[in-house]
Amino acid sequence: MQNFDMGRYHRRRRLSSLLMIGSWCAAVAGLAILGLILFTLFWRGVGGLNLAVFTESTPPPGAAGGLLNAIFGSVMMTVLGTALGTPLGILAGTWMAEYGRNSRLATTIRFINDILLSAPSIVIGLFVYEVMVVTMGHFSAWAGGCALALLVLPVVVRTTEDMLLLVPDGLREAASALGSPRWMVISKVCYRAAKAGMITGVLLAVARVTGETAPLLFTALNNQFMSTDMNAPMANLPVVIFQFALSPYPEWQQLAWTAALLITVTVLILNIVARALSSTRLKKD
Amino acid sequence: MNESAPMTVGTQRPHLQPRDPAANRASLTEKISVRDVRFYYGDFLALKGISMPIYDKKVTALIGPSGCGKSTLLRIFNRMYDLYPKQRADGEILFEGKNLLDPKQDLNLLRARVGMVFQKPTPFPMSIYDNIAFGIRLYERVPKSELDDRVETALKRGALWDEVKDKLNQSGLGLSGGQQQRLCIARSIAVRPDVLLLDEPTSALDPIATAKVEELIYQLKSDYTICIVTHNMQQAARVADFTAFMYLGELIEFGETSQVFTKPKQPKTEDYITGRFG
Repeated sequence: MQNFDMGRYHRRRRLSSLLMIGSWCAAVAGLAILGLILFTLFWRGVGGLNLAVFTESTPPPGAAGGLLNAIFGSVMMTVLGTALGTPLGILAGTWMAEYGRNSRLATTIRFINDILLSAPSIVIGLFVYEVMVVTMGHFSAWAGGCALALLVLPVVVRTTEDMLLLVPDGLREAASALGSPRWMVISKVCYRAAKAGMITGVLLAVARVTGETAPLLFTALNNQFMSTDMNAPMANLPVVIFQFALSPYPEWQQLAWTAALLITVTVLILNIVARALSSTRLKKD
Repeated sequence: MNESAPMTVGTQRPHLQPRDPAANRASLTEKISVRDVRFYYGDFLALKGISMPIYDKKVTALIGPSGCGKSTLLRIFNRMYDLYPKQRADGEILFEGKNLLDPKQDLNLLRARVGMVFQKPTPFPMSIYDNIAFGIRLYERVPKSELDDRVETALKRGALWDEVKDKLNQSGLGLSGGQQQRLCIARSIAVRPDVLLLDEPTSALDPIATAKVEELIYQLKSDYTICIVTHNMQQAARVADFTAFMYLGELIEFGETSQVFTKPKQPKTEDYITGRFG
């Protein structure tokens, strides 16, 4: 046996266990906070869950009602935002990964996209307010959807580019070697190889905008009544939560809890689906 | 296949038959003529004026140490290098009388006629059936029943049909490495090219899979002109009719395989073949 410096070794062991305990505590604290939030939400929110939530519109103060108009509005604007942001984002990401690659334009777009990705959503809301609400002269669901689209866009651009860059060049060469034109190589082979990751990106983007309040506050505002007019202010869950939670009326506060629960569960489900999709992709590779 | 004999011997038997050099020479036509071709990666001159023939319905092997330019030369034949900016070639490569380096050459049509199989198997992330049908659908509008036939024929020629006929709808990614490579070869021949380029097709495969691919090459040469890059000299000796030895971007020697391996004219070729360098 060589003459090991056992003191040195034991010191290292002690430091290791100390740091291990530290990491455990940090992990438990993080999980506990998340658990507490979810528990409180369920505790306070589930009580208010009933059929009326899904069949009646937001009530005047002191009366009973539901969230139908807000749920409808949130779905409409999220769908609009995704429908606008996703194709644009996929096209931009495709250009950057397949055609632009290391060009100066692609580098610039990537940089700007990263700024957009981390831009505070209230700034996006104010921007759309200036551009659409002021010019049109009134709040509208169109403006709300566009604000959400601006939030969806950078996420989709980023994930699309990243996922396409993960597709090995050998696959592109193999498809080209069969005589297939570039656009077919991309649409038939690269997209298929990157599909799971790209869908995950879109789902995460949708999850991100579902809970956004600030951009909608400046664009779609709110509506006490059921409205299907995209050209008029439209109710939506985040702004309803914002308004009702700050109100002195217990019925409104209860609805705010229920709305918060609905959003959280939706986001949770979207995240779990996204996670499941990306893990199946890893397994296949 | 002979059940009693070990598989490697069984599959390799055709190579062991003596070749007849006279028959080799009898009906030679040049499918591709390489004339003074230079190739540049940016400023780096990778091929320094190569001239050689690729004979019709023969197997030509390109051998030489790493970095000698053999893969580079192969990738000129289907203009694969065109995918990358900064790579360019000059000189002349005549393919059926036309210079395929001509900037006006339609690359997709060229590549449909000059197929390529790569070092790493590259199955597309789709079913086995669709992998084969992909190339056919590119240039032909065939009814479903005929497409089925074409896929079956290609897989049979690729010596893969018996292993996959019951799982055509499963992903090509689920096959073993050797099966994937035979799938790629089948995919290439499904579009009925004239020339087949093989870039170290067996370097990622085990000996049994290698033997199957070599056997396949031997079978295919009755219909296709084949050019193969290989690091394995025994493989070149087994499958090729003609062999080109390249070194540092130059063609050192080109000749019939038996001559290059037994009576090399250039001392460098002899040094390489006998393992004195490389």
